[in-house]
Amino acid sequence: MIRANGIIKKFKTGDSELVVLKGLDLHVKKGEFLAITGRSGSGKSTLMYQLSLLDEPNAGEIFVDDVNILKLKNEDKTNFRLRELGFVFQDYALIPELNSIENVMLPLLMQGVDKKEAEKRAVVALEKVGLGDKLINLPSQLSGGQQQRVSIARAIGHNPKIIFADEPTANLDTETAKTVLEVFQELSKEGQTIVMVTHEKEYALVAHRVITLADGVITESIIGNNKYLG
Amino acid sequence: MLLNEENIDRKRSKRNRFFEDISIGSFLAYRQVIRSNKATTALIIFVMTLTFLNLVVVSGILVGLIQGSINTVKDAYISDISVTVLNNKTNIENSPQIIKTIKAIPWVDSMTARYITGGKIEANYKTKIKVTDITDEVSTSIAGIDPTDEENVTKISRFLIDGEYFGPNDSDKIIIGSMLLKKYFPVESPGFATLSDAKVGDKVRITINGNTREMTIKGILKTKVDEVSRRVFIPEAEFRVLAGKTDYNVNEIAIKVKPNINPELVRDAIKMTGADKYAKIQTFDEAKPKFLNDLIDTFALLGNVVGSIGLVVASITIFIVIYINAITRRKFIGILKGIGIEGSAIKTAYVMQAIFYAIVGTIIGCLILFFILKPYFDANPIDFPFSDGILVATTSGVMIRVALLLIATIIAGYIPARIVVKQNTLDAILGR
Repeated sequence: MIRANGIIKKFKTGDSELVVLKGLDLHVKKGEFLAITGRSGSGKSTLMYQLSLLDEPNAGEIFVDDVNILKLKNEDKTNFRLRELGFVFQDYALIPELNSIENVMLPLLMQGVDKKEAEKRAVVALEKVGLGDKLINLPSQLSGGQQQRVSIARAIGHNPKIIFADEPTANLDTETAKTVLEVFQELSKEGQTIVMVTHEKEYALVAHRVITLADGVITESIIGNNKYLG
Repeated sequence: MLLNEENIDRKRSKRNRFFEDISIGSFLAYRQVIRSNKATTALIIFVMTLTFLNLVVVSGILVGLIQGSINTVKDAYISDISVTVLNNKTNIENSPQIIKTIKAIPWVDSMTARYITGGKIEANYKTKIKVTDITDEVSTSIAGIDPTDEENVTKISRFLIDGEYFGPNDSDKIIIGSMLLKKYFPVESPGFATLSDAKVGDKVRITINGNTREMTIKGILKTKVDEVSRRVFIPEAEFRVLAGKTDYNVNEIAIKVKPNINPELVRDAIKMTGADKYAKIQTFDEAKPKFLNDLIDTFALLGNVVGSIGLVVASITIFIVIYINAITRRKFIGILKGIGIEGSAIKTAYVMQAIFYAIVGTIIGCLILFFILKPYFDANPIDFPFSDGILVATTSGVMIRVALLLIATIIAGYIPARIVVKQNTLDAILGR
C-alpha cells in the first residue's frame, strides 16, 4: 500500500544542515499495523510527516496504491489527506469549540457528506471507540484518554485508507494508554492500515511490525505480537 | 480498492467549493462564536456598535445642525408654501384675490399674509435730555400681521421669551424681535444695531413712511431665524394706518398645508388660477435659501471624513481581533489543514465571524439609533446659536454606512485569516 523509496529529509539550522532521514526505504502492506519507534531525534515523527504529506522530503518517492503522492498538486494533497488519511496526534488536536460529534463530523462535512449522514457516521465512530455516551461533550469536558479516543474516531470516521498516529499514548497514563492501544488493535483486526509512531517499545509491540529508527535510517525491523503486553 | 489518480483527483467544481467553504465556514464560525468567551464577544460587539454609531451619528449631527436650521426656517417663517413679491414689484398685486383663492383650496390648513416695510423704532425719546444725546433707535423691518392667522401658521407665540402675544382687543401694541434688543443680542456692529434700553411695557416710537406712532412693547420673541428675530410685528389694521396703505396688497404669504398633503399640489393649484403672474409661488424646498443646501453638502462631507476615520479604526480593530484570534489558534488552524480542511473554508470561518460581529453590532447600533438617539434628539434638539440641531439618519444613508462597514469588516477579517492560514501546516501543528 505504501512504498517509500530513498526518502531524504534535511533541515537547515543556521549555516549547518541536519539530515534527519538518510535515504530511507519503507514498505507498508495493506491492513498492516506498523509501529515506528526510536529515540528522541531519531527521525520517526519526521518520517511519519513525510508519509502522511504533512511535510515534503528533499528527495525520494512515496507511492500509495502505486500513485506517487509527492507529485500531486497542493490542492490534491489536501484532498488526499482529507479522504484517504486519518490523523491522531500526540496532544489529541481536537478543536476546542467543537463537541465530540462535531469534531468527528468535520472531515466528513468537508468531503461534502450530508450533515445528517455525517452525524450518523460520527456517532458510529464514537461508539466504536467507546464514547457513545460522550457525544456532546466538549474536549475540555473529557479526560485525556477520552479526548484521544475522540481523535481516533475523527481519524476513522471517513473510513480512510491509512491512519497515522503520532505518539498517541505519550500524554496518557498506562491504563488510559492501554485503552487507546486496544482501539488501534481493534481497528487493525478490521483490516485498517495503521502507522503509529511511539517512543515506547512496549507499546510498539502491539503492532504487526515494529521498525526502529536511529540517525535517520532503519536499524531494526521486528515482528510485533499484535497483542498488548500489559 | 486501489488508489489511483482519478480517485484522489476528485476536484470540486468552483461552485461546489464555494458552497462547501460557506458550509464548513459557517459550521466553524457559529461554534467559535457561541462557545467563545462571552465577555470577549460582548466587547467586540460593543466596539462594532460604537463604530457604527460613530459612522452614523457624527455625520448625522453635522447634517442635523443645518437640517435643524432649515426646519426652523420652515416652522417659524416660510411654512410649506411661500408666496412672495415678484422681483420687479414692491408688493403682491391682486393680493385679496390670491388670498381668497388660497383659502378656497381644501388642502390648505392655514395661511398668514404679511405686510412688510422698512421702518424705524426709537426707545429713549422720553428720557433724552439734550439734543446731543444719542438717540436709541434702529431701522428695521416692520411686519403687519393678522395675529390669529400668524399664530395658526407659525405658532409665533411659542417664541416669546418675555411678555405676551397679541390679544383680540390690543391696540398700539408691538412684538419685537430679540435681535433688536441689546440685552438679547449684545453685538456691537453697525450692521446689527440694537436698542440699548427697551423692555416689555416700554413705550417706543414706530415710524413708517414718515408717520410716527407711540406704541407699547407687549412681547419679545426670539427665534433662530434672523429674518424673524429682527422684525417688529404690528397688527395689520394699525400697520395699514401707520404705513398709509390704501390697498390690500401684502408682501408675503405663508401657507401651511394639511398633513400628508404634497405642497406641490397646492402650489400648482394656486398657479393654475394665474396667481403666478402677480407673485412668486414656491414650495419650501424651492424657497429655502440655497446656501443651506450647500452647507448640508459641506457638513455631510465633513461627517463622511470623520466617519471614514471611524471606518479605518473599525477595520483595524476587526483586523487585530481576528488576527489575535487566528494567531492564538494557529495550532488548531494547522490541525484543520492537516486533516484536510481547505484553507479557504478556514478563512471563510474567520470572515464569517467578523461579519457576525459587524452585523450584530450594526443591529444593536440601529436599535440605539432609531429607538433611542433619534427620538431623543428630536425631542431635545441641540441648542446651537443658529439652529436646533437634530440627528439626521435616513434609511438610505444608514444602509450605505452598513454596507461600508460590512465591506471593511470582510476585508479586515480576511487579511489576518489569510496570513495565518498561509503558514506552513506542520509548523503550525508543532508550534514552530
